[in-house]
Amino acid sequence: MSEPLLSVRDVHAWYGESHILHGMSFDVNPGEVVTLLGRNGAGKTTTMRAIMGMVGNRKGSIKHQGTELIKLKSNHIAREGIAYCPEERGIFASLNVWENLTLPPRVKKDGGLSIERIYELFPNLKERTSSQGTKLSGGEQQMLAIARILRTGARLLLLDEPTEGLAPVIVQQIGSTIRALREQGFTILLVEQNFRFAATVADRHYVVEHGQVIDMIPNASLEANREKLKTYLGV
Amino acid sequence: MIFELLGVPPQALFGQLLLGLINGAFYALLSLGLAVIFGLMNVINFTHGAQYMMGAFASWMLLQYAGIPYWGALVLAPIIIGATGVIIERLMISRLYHLDHLYGLLLTFGLALIIEGLFRQQYGSSGLPYANPIPGGTNLGFMFLPWYRGWVVVFSLVVCLATWFMIEKTKLGSYLRAATERPDLVQAFGINVPRMITLTYGFGVALAALAGVLAAPIYSVNPIMGANLIIVVFAVVVIGGMGSIMGAIITGFALGIIEGLTKVFYPEASNTVIFVIMAIVLMIRPQGLFGTPK
Ligand SMILES: Nc1ncnc2c1ncn2[C@@H]1O[C@H](COP(=O)(O)OP(=O)(O)OP(=O)(O)O)[C@@H](O)[C@H]1O
Ligand SMILES: [Mg+2]
Repeated sequence: MSEPLLSVRDVHAWYGESHILHGMSFDVNPGEVVTLLGRNGAGKTTTMRAIMGMVGNRKGSIKHQGTELIKLKSNHIAREGIAYCPEERGIFASLNVWENLTLPPRVKKDGGLSIERIYELFPNLKERTSSQGTKLSGGEQQMLAIARILRTGARLLLLDEPTEGLAPVIVQQIGSTIRALREQGFTILLVEQNFRFAATVADRHYVVEHGQVIDMIPNASLEANREKLKTYLGV
Repeated sequence: MIFELLGVPPQALFGQLLLGLINGAFYALLSLGLAVIFGLMNVINFTHGAQYMMGAFASWMLLQYAGIPYWGALVLAPIIIGATGVIIERLMISRLYHLDHLYGLLLTFGLALIIEGLFRQQYGSSGLPYANPIPGGTNLGFMFLPWYRGWVVVFSLVVCLATWFMIEKTKLGSYLRAATERPDLVQAFGINVPRMITLTYGFGVALAALAGVLAAPIYSVNPIMGANLIIVVFAVVVIGGMGSIMGAIITGFALGIIEGLTKVFYPEASNTVIFVIMAIVLMIRPQGLFGTPK
């Protein structure tokens, strides 16, 4: 077995006084799609923000290709080749679609998708380049939020609930995009609440509760663990 | 003739219009710098007037002690004073970002008092002359246009529009606009946002210093020149709306002209007209003419 691409070990994180992550540990191997499943407030977003260096107070170890990230500032973490698509999408209202799409700078020389390839994945965006970013529909904004991190050369993508609140047909489109990205060798850490969707794209699932991983379920045995998972997620 | 109807000689009208344009140029340059700083940093830079004064003093000192003439000072003074801004941001303002905006305001206000006090201590408050680098002018028929004043208006307009272009139309500007909305996310894309904030503050301060250099030959160089002007500039900013770049430029020039016209038609109100407009705008459109509601 190869070295994990991302290795999170005993990570704790705080927002001010509140202790949110209580010893988060998991691995993501190169080329895998791995999900973090868990209830609202379990700490999934905080885990992503901790990896990106966006939580001020964190400790433990987060290694990417052997490089320790826990003490780095978020701009340096991005330069290691990690890109983040936030839960709230983070499309900029004062930028048009083209400016939003091209905002994140190249962090690695190779490995980014060309604009043409991105338009093949998200044809809607091509028609709307001069629209204000936040004038797009929710689904289009989500696609823009994913599209803009594909150019940068980052090969590890953190996607926080990309299907949240979207119509089923858009969810399907995002699902096939994630599978296409996996085909191209991207490694993806995906936060999901919808495990039915997660099952269609991922290799493995980590269950998060109270800021810790409490279980790991390979996608192949998801069916067998269905009842257990339902209890974990409270659905 | 319309002038006879209005009972105002054309020379007086156009003379005041030109004065209004000059004042407007200073309002625009200064409120532009404030808008750039506020947009990215959420800091109301009360040191702005003192930094304008420092720009004027820098050009006076460059001439006095180094023999560098106006045109050299036009480039050097904004760089030097902008660099002091960079130091102030790094050493002091950056420590306050996690606190309420009020602290940034108090700090920059205190700094303004200290800086102005030091200059008054050293140079008194009677003012130092600075020679006009382009003396003379031309008779346009309806009025006399001094070259230097024409230069100030045109050059300020060019600087304002270039700044607008840089922020609204370039890649660097898109980083600035994005960081104004979500600095954390822009940084997580790999951009050194703290450095960008520092340089933006330096740039805003450099704009103030540039206005000071432009002002030196018109008004004398005086430690309190900024303190008097900045109060009006804050009113301009309130009218235009904090954070809007084009808004700051248009409002600056427009209010200068309105003030000039008031001097012609109702001189008694010329010192207060801007504040009256500010009060009206605050009541009708508190976010300012070009601002977006919070
Ligand atoms: N900025 C913040 N300041 C203080 N507490 C926060 C902050 N952001 C999140 N929290 C708290 O941290 C806990 C974990 O939040 P987090 O957003 O990581 O959960 P999540 O698993 O992503 O949930 P969801 O599925 O709702 O997105 C929650 O209790 C939340 O209230
Ligand atoms: Mg979340």
